[in-house]
Amino acid sequence: MHNFEFVKPSTIADAIKALSAEGAQPLSGGQTLLPTMKQRLAAPDVLVSLTGISEMQGVCMGDGGLHIGAATPHAVVARDAARHYPALAALAGGIGDPAVRNRGTIGGSIANNDPAACYPSAVLASGATVVTSQRRIAADDYFQGMFTTALEEGEFVTEVVFPIPERAAYVKFNQPASRFALTGVFVAKFADGVRVAVTGASNNGVFRWTEAEDALSADFSAGAIAGLTVAADDMISDLHGSAAYRANLVKVLTGRAVTAAR
Amino acid sequence: MTKVTMTVNGTPVSAEAEGRTLLVNFLREGLGLTGTHVGCDTSQCGACVVHVDGKAVKSCTVFAMDVAGSDVRTIEGMANADGSLGVVQQAFQDHHGLQCGFCTPGMVMSSAALLAENPRPTESEIRHYLEGNICRCTGYHNIVKAVLAASGQDAGAMAAE
Repeated sequence: MHNFEFVKPSTIADAIKALSAEGAQPLSGGQTLLPTMKQRLAAPDVLVSLTGISEMQGVCMGDGGLHIGAATPHAVVARDAARHYPALAALAGGIGDPAVRNRGTIGGSIANNDPAACYPSAVLASGATVVTSQRRIAADDYFQGMFTTALEEGEFVTEVVFPIPERAAYVKFNQPASRFALTGVFVAKFADGVRVAVTGASNNGVFRWTEAEDALSADFSAGAIAGLTVAADDMISDLHGSAAYRANLVKVLTGRAVTAAR
Repeated sequence: MTKVTMTVNGTPVSAEAEGRTLLVNFLREGLGLTGTHVGCDTSQCGACVVHVDGKAVKSCTVFAMDVAGSDVRTIEGMANADGSLGVVQQAFQDHHGLQCGFCTPGMVMSSAALLAENPRPTESEIRHYLEGNICRCTGYHNIVKAVLAASGQDAGAMAAE
């Protein structure tokens, strides 16, 4: 890995300042960025660690729902979100393995927006708000395709605010070697309708399956989507599963998530 | 190079490090603590697991500078004060929870982290928790027995292979 200058600010204001340097990049838990840097696919001149910023840590109820600091590790979300938003806590507790969950963070996950990461599906299905160092971004505007988000240069996620659905579940079809989702579906039922977000399946990254949302908003049961089909055209095809296989998984997992929702 | 200070196995230590110095290299090369192993270097295998402020982490995927000031525990810190094997280590020996031994430091550290969170885990909880620790000798069965035994449970009661 190429060397860099390491900076660890303790406030958001200092992090913003540090990230204005030429070639600076934020570092959260590093569970994706470090492997990427080892492969020299990323080579920042300055790395700004966000893990020492206490105002970006922790889980609490507040205006608009459940507030999760962007630098909160998955293991803490799995523990502390459980009584507020069990489906989200369960998702966090199923990411990677225990050691990864002790370092990896929600902010890092959604900033990277890996097409097979778990968190983007929860953020999108919940209609969460992504709070950054500069502004508030609705989930529907935030995710813009594989590894692409609305974040500008030097901007970083500080907090995610989740409205709490009446019922929700995340079902992940595990890719056992990487522990990412081969496909994963998050279903969230709100008073005014159902949102369904799919990760791991599409070449365009996380997406909402709107046909299923319409059907489930009318009838929240696995049977309601029985007649729907998912087009395989934009699905990922690799050695772990063909596009048609993933398209089928989207439907199967959506049904399972509806059944599991509580 | 910058001087990085942390507490390792109860002792304050410091050594020179670059920004890119990984915690595992800081421990092995900076401090000479070679008990922590680098298996895959891609955070898959778990041979490099150590505890940082009581939490199991993969030390090949953490920068030393990012955990400066932390309390780190490695396999060298798992023995009893008199030098005899700690409870988890002794259980691994008693139940032959190792074959080549390369993954053992990480297995012991992950197992100790599990037992700190969950003092009487079921067989299934143990297997699930050790998901991120790979034994290429595939000696999982005896490792799980060792963790059951270390938690004071009857390892003989485990389902037969």
